[in-house]
Amino acid sequence: MYGWLWRSLPGPAWVRAVLLLVAAVVVLAACFTWVFPAITPFMPFNNQTVGE
Amino acid sequence: MTQDSGGPQQSTERSRASASTAKTTRTRSPAPVRPERVTNRGHVAWQGVIGELLITAGVLLFAFLAWQLWWTDVQGNHAQAAIVKDLGWGTVPLPGDATTLQRRHDDPPVADPPAHATTFATLLVPRWSSDYQRPISEGVDRATVLNPRGIGHYPGTVMPGGVGNFSVAGHRTTYGEPFNLIADLVVGDPLVVRTQKAWYVYRVTSTEIVPSSDIGVVAAVPGQADAAPTERMITLTTCHPMYSAKERYIVHGVLDYWTPAGGPIPTEVLGGA
Repeated sequence: MYGWLWRSLPGPAWVRAVLLLVAAVVVLAACFTWVFPAITPFMPFNNQTVGE
Repeated sequence: MTQDSGGPQQSTERSRASASTAKTTRTRSPAPVRPERVTNRGHVAWQGVIGELLITAGVLLFAFLAWQLWWTDVQGNHAQAAIVKDLGWGTVPLPGDATTLQRRHDDPPVADPPAHATTFATLLVPRWSSDYQRPISEGVDRATVLNPRGIGHYPGTVMPGGVGNFSVAGHRTTYGEPFNLIADLVVGDPLVVRTQKAWYVYRVTSTEIVPSSDIGVVAAVPGQADAAPTERMITLTTCHPMYSAKERYIVHGVLDYWTPAGGPIPTEVLGGA
């Protein structure tokens, strides 16, 4: 999978590395902004009110 | 990398195939050629994808932990400080003159409950920090109050200063963790609630750990569902143990005195608990 990704990217090695780094940052930012807030209500360690 | 390893015939870079077959040399061979892939291509490639997906999932789980345990605190602390600042009356003023502080025990002003998610008070707990002040907003819904706004007021319980049980909930971990140090509270510690009109100085009377289903702790008279209240109480609830939802850590207190806003501020919040 990652091997295929590496071979599919254009340019010399340093360009590919920069592209992958940018992609990783984008993925992480998307997770922090949308994905993690969406799944955390289903996690069992955030309850602090009584009667739930 | 290949050049400095000193194999006699390997100084040219295009010798990957010969390097992989010449097993007698001790050279650190360049990136392995993965012979399995060549011999049994489809099967191994499929396994490799599964493995890479699993590794990716593991990395994302660590990212989730970092988000939950660190980033929500960063956001929560920032947001709650901004809420207190935006109140206009929430910044702690210069120390008042303790000799003129009015410790009043008559009926304090009791506001009407505000709309959901409206911030109407702040909580100051000198035991935790001399500059601890967190906003209290209406409602205990996580998505709209407890996660973004800090401490939440149980709807239906009295407002600060009222006869009954002013009950609030807050995160003990994550999202700015307003009640992180709740286990440090001991009997007699001041819990100071500040509104636009007044300061309400409560003192801790008891702490307890209850099952998460025990709504009796936020009853007007804790533990007695139908009793008519006579005291002006405060109750804090948060999770227990930390990072778990199994039980709740409960702190009860009663009103010691109140004093109008604008006059000398309670000496308790000046560090003289």
